[in-house]
Amino acid sequence: MDAFLQQALNGLTLGSIYGLVALGLTLVYGILHVPNFAHGALYMVGAYVSYFIMVEHGLNYWVAMLGAGLVVALLSVLCERLVFHPLRHAPPIHDKIAAIGILLFLEALVQMHWGADFRRMPTPYTEIFNFGGLTLPAQRLLIIVGAFSLMGALHLYLKKTMTGSTIIAMAQNREGAFLVGIDANRVAMMTFAIAGFLAAVGATLFAPINLVYPAMGHLVIMKAFVIIILGGMGSIPGAIVGGLIIGFAEALGGYYLSGTYKDLIAFVLLVAILSIKPTGLFTKGVR
Amino acid sequence: MDRVMNFFASPAMKVVLLAAAILFPWVAGSEYQIYVMALAFVWAIAVYGLNIITGYCGQLNLAHGGFFAIGAYTVGLLTVDYGWAFWPAFIAAGVLGAFFGFLVGVVSLRLKEHYFAIFTLCVGFIIYLLIEKWEELTHGTLGVISIAPPEGFGLVDFTETIPFYYLVLFFLVLAIGLISRISRSLVGRTFLAIRISDDLAQSLGINLMRNKVLAFVLSTTYAGLAGALLAGVVRFIGPDLAEITHTFDVITYLLVGGIGTLMGPLVGTLLITWITQAVQSFEEYRMIVFGPLLVVLVIFMPKGIVGTFLTWRGRRLASKAPAKRAGSRVGDTADGDQREAG
Repeated sequence: MDAFLQQALNGLTLGSIYGLVALGLTLVYGILHVPNFAHGALYMVGAYVSYFIMVEHGLNYWVAMLGAGLVVALLSVLCERLVFHPLRHAPPIHDKIAAIGILLFLEALVQMHWGADFRRMPTPYTEIFNFGGLTLPAQRLLIIVGAFSLMGALHLYLKKTMTGSTIIAMAQNREGAFLVGIDANRVAMMTFAIAGFLAAVGATLFAPINLVYPAMGHLVIMKAFVIIILGGMGSIPGAIVGGLIIGFAEALGGYYLSGTYKDLIAFVLLVAILSIKPTGLFTKGVR
Repeated sequence: MDRVMNFFASPAMKVVLLAAAILFPWVAGSEYQIYVMALAFVWAIAVYGLNIITGYCGQLNLAHGGFFAIGAYTVGLLTVDYGWAFWPAFIAAGVLGAFFGFLVGVVSLRLKEHYFAIFTLCVGFIIYLLIEKWEELTHGTLGVISIAPPEGFGLVDFTETIPFYYLVLFFLVLAIGLISRISRSLVGRTFLAIRISDDLAQSLGINLMRNKVLAFVLSTTYAGLAGALLAGVVRFIGPDLAEITHTFDVITYLLVGGIGTLMGPLVGTLLITWITQAVQSFEEYRMIVFGPLLVVLVIFMPKGIVGTFLTWRGRRLASKAPAKRAGSRVGDTADGDQREAG
């Protein structure tokens, strides 16, 4: 039972990071209907920027997190302005290919600048808590608390502020949003900024218990795609629930089934789900 | 000027290209250049495969590199671990490429657009993970070494570069010839109709599923056979062959040359291969240039080199002889025009 709870806790940690990344992806999809393959690269850049700020400039962990969030948000907005905006009327295959182009570019750039080595990011929180047999490193606690507070903040922002409501409105109905005078450019930029920020913060939270390397975004982004398909593309609660499902499935599956193949679990789950129900688990209507 | 243009699009051009390819080993400065050209031809065959499903049929398949790796590993494992000769293994690679293509296609092609792209991205990754982790079958990260070369039945020695070059050239010509036949046939037109609009195609009575699966299986068979040829020439393969970067390379070749055109895959592959060769030091960081290149191409020149040329030529002909165009030229320009609609 203890082992189960321990794995469930690990699943919660994984799930909250996946949820953060998937949230950004699903927001962007909701607004532009672009599956942003470059999102994983943004996640990776976020980890590198905070590593750079912390290790090479010796600044505080939280400063690094904020710095990475801002830099990646800016980068994300730049992508929208320079690439996705000009392609908004192009056939759908084009923006997918363009997103792949951005992904390749960012990865090669980081690899050229920082090299391909695996790096370990230090964390100021190294204590380990014990709750009746359960061990919980402080960093994992920080991940869970941090991720869920961010999700809460995002929820408040989307529901309670004017700019937040414009994002929701545009995701619900593009033409309707234009009709009431919502500025599409502003909403798109805002959404990309939020997505980039979430990815960078997620990466900074997760990097200390993982490693930092140029291809670190690959697995995360693909799992994020699995999550948003599971949760319905464009759905915000779906991304969070989906993130947790994948997180738990991976932690428990990795423990009870096979540690070697634990990265396969998410994809096999996706293949199974889409084979049975091609529209995803929680999607309404037919796509 | 016009005569040059017309020549580029005429059947004579094909003869010239083929002659150039046959004469290449005599012109090439070194054996290494012939080797590079042979490799480029192998990749070009894979690009032709992707062109069927993505270019003609309009479905972005991101698992193409995975099917390429399946072909390569089929030959590698059958010849090294099971003692098969190259040619039976080569045929097995094509059969397995088609078989897995069918399995994946039947499931994935029920999905549309983004869902399909994401699904195939995941399939590609599953293939990569399986090759890397299933050590009992695939040797894991060690890779497969000393793969049997194609046997020449005592007539030729395919471990030599030049005979292998001609072998690959033969398969490339065969591949292009088959695609050329398909793209002009009813099946090819059906693929184009599906690319332009699923709904429209369906309302014409086209069986979407059957045709998409057919295109997908054709494309994965091409990928499998190209992978098999690669295993025969390089004779060493590792799990990195299934990495997503190879799929992205193939997409770059396709896009630069001209997606959905007959000669585009060849033009794109050769051009990028030789540019990469020209700046050797740059190979590791090629994506710094290719990444933005993909973006710029997609924004400003989505039809690639061949597609842009065909459209431009079509416009010139149309403006010169509006009356003459009606019947004769439609076939040639249709590709460019439909790309705009699609």
